[in-house]
Amino acid sequence: MSDSEIEIVVEDPTAPEPDSPAVTDTRVVDITVSLLLMALAVTLGYDNWRTGIAWDSTGPQSGYFPFYLSVILAGASLYGLVAALLSRREASETFVTRAQLRRVMAVFVPTLLFCLAVQFLGLYVASFLLIAAFMRMVGRIALWKSLLTAFLFTAVMFVTFDIAFDVIMPKGPLEAAFGY
Amino acid sequence: MEAFGLLVHGFAVLLTWKTLLLMMVGLVLGIFVGVLPGLGGPNGVAILLPLTFTMDPTSAIVMLSCIYWGALFGGAITSILFNIPGEAWSVATTFDGYPMAQQGRAAEALTAAFTSSFIGSLVAVLLITFLAPLISSFALKFGPPEFFAVYLLTFCSFVGLGREAKHKTLISMSLGLLLAGIGMDTVSGQLRMTFGSSELLRGINFLVAVIGLFGISEILLTMEERLALRGHAASISLRVVLKVWRDLPKYWVTLLRSSFIGCWLGITPGGAIAASFMGYNLAKRFSKDPESFGKGRIEGVFAPETAAHASGTSALLPMLALGIPGSGTAAILLGGLMVWGLNPGPLLFVEHKDFVWGLIASMYLGNVVGLVLVLTTVPIFASILRVPFAAVAPMIVVSCAIGAYAIQNAMFDIWLMLGFGVVGYVFKKIGIPLAPFTLALVLGNRAEDAFRLSMIGSGGDVKVFWSNGLVGSITTLAFLLLFWPLIDKAFGSVGRLMRPAKA
Repeated sequence: MSDSEIEIVVEDPTAPEPDSPAVTDTRVVDITVSLLLMALAVTLGYDNWRTGIAWDSTGPQSGYFPFYLSVILAGASLYGLVAALLSRREASETFVTRAQLRRVMAVFVPTLLFCLAVQFLGLYVASFLLIAAFMRMVGRIALWKSLLTAFLFTAVMFVTFDIAFDVIMPKGPLEAAFGY
Repeated sequence: MEAFGLLVHGFAVLLTWKTLLLMMVGLVLGIFVGVLPGLGGPNGVAILLPLTFTMDPTSAIVMLSCIYWGALFGGAITSILFNIPGEAWSVATTFDGYPMAQQGRAAEALTAAFTSSFIGSLVAVLLITFLAPLISSFALKFGPPEFFAVYLLTFCSFVGLGREAKHKTLISMSLGLLLAGIGMDTVSGQLRMTFGSSELLRGINFLVAVIGLFGISEILLTMEERLALRGHAASISLRVVLKVWRDLPKYWVTLLRSSFIGCWLGITPGGAIAASFMGYNLAKRFSKDPESFGKGRIEGVFAPETAAHASGTSALLPMLALGIPGSGTAAILLGGLMVWGLNPGPLLFVEHKDFVWGLIASMYLGNVVGLVLVLTTVPIFASILRVPFAAVAPMIVVSCAIGAYAIQNAMFDIWLMLGFGVVGYVFKKIGIPLAPFTLALVLGNRAEDAFRLSMIGSGGDVKVFWSNGLVGSITTLAFLLLFWPLIDKAFGSVGRLMRPAKA
């Protein structure tokens, strides 16, 4: 058999360059996340303390469990913070490079806009826009292919969920115009 | 023998055209998500879960478990042909699978991978068939203290046996437990941590969190990589399949050893990743010429695949018998059970016999159908990778959003999903494990209820957790596991056997 020859090749036109400078390193992210988690732990802990963390005749009150969990969370984050602060700066790995961040944002920002669009235009219109725009702009795929794929995928989703399986999705003005 | 009769009944439930069709659909979807980069077992099951909301529970679980089997099979395809492990547990498969493909033996490697997956799962399903009813009937005697002790054992073993930094496991777990507590407190009816928001009143849905943590974050992570790929194409002929199968009895020791490792690590929260590495390493250690491993030895495919699948399948055993998932995917299936109104745990075997035995029968049937399906359709699935990721990524985002919305018909959940996507991305990059979080989120409320019911029963006396031999030994074991790293240091040589695998 002639299996050994390479047959499947996929290109990635917008791949991140390997030598891109680092935006931030893991140590900084570690510290930030620890601080955020501690803030969360304090907020939740305070709320549970207000709810009641004592034991009454039938065992612990509603806030008891979550309160001590926030204490554990705060403690573990504090440990993480101290460990990160004490770690050597040079030993820290790159968290994300500039090129990588650009690519991650290339997915994240459209996803964020998509979620906004779902709220106002309904899920199906938003999904058509997302797929078509993403394929065209990030994947550099021909416009007609992008539009066709987006339309077909959205149509299949609509038939599968809204019609066949009765799982109703948020709708916008377009669906309303067609009477759905 | 009661189990056998019930199993036959289970097959009778399944053998309708509708279920068989659902099975095929599930398997195809599963292989699809297994092959695609940035998706895998837990994500696939989580994203496709909403499809099953309107089905009856038996059809739904059959389809979902088939998606799971399909994803397990699919992961092997990319490992062997492209040297890209679809899942962490297929990493060990690439060691010998990819060299085999380079030598023009891709078909052989794929057959070996699929066959050994099948064998691994089969051993685990046999174990489930005979052990699950026993465990569940034993667990029927459990009261709230026993259940809390078992939950505690699960949590502690994650912290004690996990390979990540302890404080990170602890962060992940306590965060999961905290988020599980948001909303109405089921014992007293009081509101907790809602901060006056009506959206938070419902609590944070487990499945929404999972879709964000695994689905969205995985896309963000995948985009960081260079996505160009080159790989081998392969089709499997009947001749190759028969040749591999004829040689199979020669490797019975490897297969049996890996199945055993897999089952053991699947039931305990060691997981499929550890199982596949351990299976590979032990096969290498006991081999007559360990040097030939890594250069395209068929045993190097058999060993990790068998172990990974035995482990992935046996992770369902504690979920069915005790209501405690042994893996991330099992946790999602458990979430599914709750959506369909079934209460996971030992009572399932009494109250929903049809469902349980239908599920177990579907494991047998799904594996057989899956094996035939993958062996015949590999070329088609390998060519899925030709589809550029720029087309796949937005489709996954849309599917995630549909999934998140469908669970409670809430727009807020789509935003929550996005938030969890970012959290998952950051956590994965700084090494905070997500599995304890998932487990804590799905078990949190049940664990707390069990604790508080025990307290009501005992009048607030913690000694109830040592009140009889059973609950006392489970609780003690839990604390032993929690401090296992310290004990391990004391008995260093014993510990080395527990985790020879390093990723």
